[in-house]
Amino acid sequence: MAIKKVGVIGAGVMGIGVGQSLAQGGYEVVLIDINDQILEHAEREIRSNLRLFKMLNKGVELDIAATLGRITFATDYEHLSDADFVVENVVENWEIKKAVHLKLDAICPAHTVVAVNTSAISITRVGSLTKRPSQIVGMHFMNPVPMKPTVEVIRGYHTSDATIATAKELLAGMGKKGVVVQDMPGFVSNRVLMLTVNEAVFLVQDQVASAEEVDTIFKECFGHKMGPLETADLIGLDTILYSIEVLYESYNDSKYRPCPLLKKMVDAGLHGRKNGKGFYTYE
Amino acid sequence: MTTDSLTVDDIKARTRAFIGKFFKNIELQDDEDIFALGFVNSLFAMQLVMFIEKEFGIAVEDQDLNIDNFRTINAMADLVKGKVL
Repeated sequence: MAIKKVGVIGAGVMGIGVGQSLAQGGYEVVLIDINDQILEHAEREIRSNLRLFKMLNKGVELDIAATLGRITFATDYEHLSDADFVVENVVENWEIKKAVHLKLDAICPAHTVVAVNTSAISITRVGSLTKRPSQIVGMHFMNPVPMKPTVEVIRGYHTSDATIATAKELLAGMGKKGVVVQDMPGFVSNRVLMLTVNEAVFLVQDQVASAEEVDTIFKECFGHKMGPLETADLIGLDTILYSIEVLYESYNDSKYRPCPLLKKMVDAGLHGRKNGKGFYTYE
Repeated sequence: MTTDSLTVDDIKARTRAFIGKFFKNIELQDDEDIFALGFVNSLFAMQLVMFIEKEFGIAVEDQDLNIDNFRTINAMADLVKGKVL
């Protein structure tokens, strides 16, 4: 399928990154959110990020005005009545995702493939809301999107091979590739990462090692770029707790029980980098 | 602001004052590479771009978006000078 026009729902951090990457890949993009204020902020961010991209990639071919010109900022879903592909990036809340997908299913043409950008929501369940379950696919983009070359692509129960091929084609146009995995809670990335972070918090709670020592072992012994507790601070400890709770409820398996220290830190308002204090202190 | 009376020394002084807010207790030389000092990462370059545009009322064009134009006080003064003086 020749993908020309791509809708991006949600102009938060992920939607901004996805929209920018698509525009850089030459796609015609419609970035949709609920009000003009959010959209104006998104436009400023994308412009600034494109300029930074140019600054950091010497000699790169990038016409900033033309790239921005490929993005339409809108609040009206009617812009999607001729979209070939949609990437939905709204918050990880079932009721909100549900409302958006019902709307998309009603407005998008029959051929449109709809991707759910999520680390937690069941792709099969989203598919069940729509008249096109074979055209619903998961795409778990990593932040910052323009800098991350690989995307976790999730095949729902009814997702067709043609849809997977279209999703891969879209990613290739963005200079990215996808790793296709099956639809189970947490997919691959969150199921392993959240357990790792949670166990790292247990290590600190049990006074086996300090946060710095845990992270140093991952960085210097395993060659990871960041340790699990620095990563937790970056993602946000509240988000980590929410994710591990979702896994616990999904599998009813005690291995996903959240570490009491993690709960205590979240209750105490230590949410990581975003508010200056987590396992580390930020200025 | 008006640019009538702007001199290269003014440009350098104002740029140094802005950077000074981020580099406490450092005497920054005009030809010193800010990014080589290790206190800021390349994201700081965008703050410099926005500062220069606002402070001197100029537009930093696509072709100026080269980190070498923002490495030193001298380089930034040259960029601004080329546009306003």
